[in-house]
Amino acid sequence: MVYDLLVIGGGPAGLAAACAAWESGLKHILLVERDRELGGILNQCIHNGFGLHHFHEELTGPEYAGRFIEQLSKTGVEVRTDTMVLALTPEREVHMMGAKTGYRVERAKSVILAMGCRERTRGAIGIPGTRPAGIFTAGAAQRYVNMEGFLPGRRVVILGSGDIGLIMARRMTLEGAKVLACVEVMPHPGGLNRNIVQCLNDYEIPLYLSHTVTDIRGRDRVEQVVVSKVDEHRNPIPGTEMVFDCDTLLLSVGLIPENELTRMAGIEMDRRTNGAVVYENLETSIPGVFTCGNVAHVHDLVDYVTAESEEAGRAAARYVLEGGAKGGPVLEVKTGENVSYTVPQHIRPQNVENRCNVFFRVREAGQESEILVESEGTPIARFARDHVAPGEMECIALPKVLLDKAAGSLTVSVRAKGGTAQ
Amino acid sequence: MYDVLIVGCGITGAAAAMELSKYDLKVGVLERENDVADGTTKANSAILHAGYDPEPGSLMAKLNVRGVALARELCEKLDVPYDPCGSFVLAFSEEDCRTLETLLARGKQNGVPDLQLLSGEQARALEPNLSEEVKGALYAPTGAICSPWEYALALAETAVKNGAELHLETAVTGLSPTENGWEVATNRGTFQARYVINAAGLAAQAIHEMAAPHTFTIHPARGEYYLLDKSEGTRVSHVIFQCPNENGKGVLVAPTVHGNLIVGPNAQPVAGDDTANTREGLDFVRQTALRSVPSIAFRDAIRNFAGVRAVADTGDFVIGFAAPRFLDLAGICSPGLSAAPAVAEYAVELLGEDGLSLTKKDDFVCERHRTRVKSMTPEEKQALIAKNPAFGRVICRCETVTEGEILEALHAPIPPRSVDGVKRRVNAGMGRCQGGFCGPRVVEILAREFHCSPLDIVQDRAGMWILACETKGGTGHGV
Repeated sequence: MVYDLLVIGGGPAGLAAACAAWESGLKHILLVERDRELGGILNQCIHNGFGLHHFHEELTGPEYAGRFIEQLSKTGVEVRTDTMVLALTPEREVHMMGAKTGYRVERAKSVILAMGCRERTRGAIGIPGTRPAGIFTAGAAQRYVNMEGFLPGRRVVILGSGDIGLIMARRMTLEGAKVLACVEVMPHPGGLNRNIVQCLNDYEIPLYLSHTVTDIRGRDRVEQVVVSKVDEHRNPIPGTEMVFDCDTLLLSVGLIPENELTRMAGIEMDRRTNGAVVYENLETSIPGVFTCGNVAHVHDLVDYVTAESEEAGRAAARYVLEGGAKGGPVLEVKTGENVSYTVPQHIRPQNVENRCNVFFRVREAGQESEILVESEGTPIARFARDHVAPGEMECIALPKVLLDKAAGSLTVSVRAKGGTAQ
Repeated sequence: MYDVLIVGCGITGAAAAMELSKYDLKVGVLERENDVADGTTKANSAILHAGYDPEPGSLMAKLNVRGVALARELCEKLDVPYDPCGSFVLAFSEEDCRTLETLLARGKQNGVPDLQLLSGEQARALEPNLSEEVKGALYAPTGAICSPWEYALALAETAVKNGAELHLETAVTGLSPTENGWEVATNRGTFQARYVINAAGLAAQAIHEMAAPHTFTIHPARGEYYLLDKSEGTRVSHVIFQCPNENGKGVLVAPTVHGNLIVGPNAQPVAGDDTANTREGLDFVRQTALRSVPSIAFRDAIRNFAGVRAVADTGDFVIGFAAPRFLDLAGICSPGLSAAPAVAEYAVELLGEDGLSLTKKDDFVCERHRTRVKSMTPEEKQALIAKNPAFGRVICRCETVTEGEILEALHAPIPPRSVDGVKRRVNAGMGRCQGGFCGPRVVEILAREFHCSPLDIVQDRAGMWILACETKGGTGHGV
């Protein structure tokens, strides 16, 4: 049998995409999840704060996932858990392996990539020092505490102020550990402002901005972590060392989309997002293959993952039921001043119904900012923001009428209000 | 009473144990750590050197060339990942080109086959990512790469299968001569042996001096490394050296048998087994390697590590009787991994000459097989999973390692006792997420199989605890 749609990943992105595709009329959908349960990383995010945008109420991670798992159970979507996808071919053949199902190759008319992301590790950032036990990514520590019921340490330093690190600062504190410091190499926090307030400030955990870990000491278990101030080039400043006696170092130093399958299929990638290059409907360079959620670009809120993934699900349904994208001009979306990436990277105005959402992040924080969209040097849209920060994803909706008028490329930039185009 | 007791189960001790297990002898191995290959053997360049480096006539020269020839056959029989990829030494100047001539001449004297001098263009034709600055290269087709810890494990497992007794977490504290050999005191009681072999790596000087007067000094030399993601694994397809200098063979860039890229080492004198990484050391390794291969993407690094080589002040391996019935296999720095089986052969020869009776067993088994699901064909995978579903359950997603493979390792002759022990046997946790996802699953499997609490599972050596206590809510296991 050839499935209408095969969804790889049963986290929030895959769940929302599968549900939306079903509602849009696809009847033969297979969702494959490598873990034993659906829900992805939400299952270990037992704190609240999820769903404010999507459900207009505050849910925990498992509750948020539960809503979609329940919705999915009312559809005819076939689900295979405990099954790992090993390969994806450009012809949309998906090789998978599981204890129950063995080794299978399934074919599908469309595929949605929803594999999520993994955490950057110590090796990726090259922290000097010894290699004792007691160095965890924040997510691994979260799994131990929330899923397995174990505390991975008693005196903790956290490197990086990404959201998972901040959440774990609070969680470890509530479990009786002493969190000595949260250390961030950048001059601004990596995570959401509400998490800085609720997870650090409320528990009097000091946040050291423009600082990093410069040494790890201890033979068998972490014994000390040395933290130094960094200059504007992020180089440690000698003489600023602070030594923390601790047994644990948690790392919250960034997330990397898990695109090994995407690369294997030969899909065009974007070095800025570490995800696939996508069109306005989240379609990749291979027609009929879509991507959404954290595998496409790292999101700040799961609500936005849901919205994007529903869009991908509907797009996959349109692809199967109505045929591929319409031709016509393709606009390249470029990153201008203070913008680190955009999703989508390409827009085909012919395929835009009413408006096209463009997601991006800023490189540097700012107040009273203006988002400017230009087409080949001509401003076509402006959006005001009281506040922008790298930890918070931005979204602008570009109306179809504007896109139809644009030609060649669009450049998104962010600057202080009243600034002029350069 | 052991006929031969070996102190240390790194690559040298393991090779000696396997060689001795071919004979009708009672062989024992004492290892202070909770696993074999847990010192220098697990942290080095993983290279089987062709043999043009050592001074002709030295033990290093003789045993290196013999060792790599034996390694090729052993790795095949014992299912050890091995790749005869060949190696280059690069020249960036006229002086370097003269060094290559010297290495070529030395190699010929040492009996290294098929060495060849290449021009810069010829080198780049074979290895397109080499720097434009490369003026020439010495090509050694017999250079190879392997998995050093699996090599040592395979040798040790073969020894155990053939009757050798391995005592882990057993540290030697004293040696006293007896009428017909040695009494070996340890933290786990006293052992009697007719012969003692000192294969204690960095501790070889200390073990030697328990039995004999001081004759050599070990100068530990630390080498730091980068390991890069598989996305960089094909950056080069040969081992790429620069010209050797007073600090050794210099910084190399090489593929690994696991598909990654390894870059390093530097050489820093340290005290004891200090395997810490330093900012300066890593900066030096990175910058030096970029001279050979300017396009290495260090942003795709997945791990740093350091290993300490046991360099003897004699300038050569220290192999010989230091006291009656006490044989040193010391100062086994590079090319120790390459030479190991030849060192073992030579050691047995010396023991034979000294009067140890050597009668070959007729039932010696020299084979080993490990299930590697990842490299199977779809049909083989299907058949295996049908027989045992655990081989379909992927635990380590980065390296595609299944529960079946972990369980198989746990039932092998030398089972792992730690998370890293599992990693060294089946590669779980060796990939790009560095155990972030599979670490908790491996802890869970070990606790289940050992019938203990996850709180008792260690990362690597004893003392490397992972989990402090249960949370306030507990594990819920007792509910």
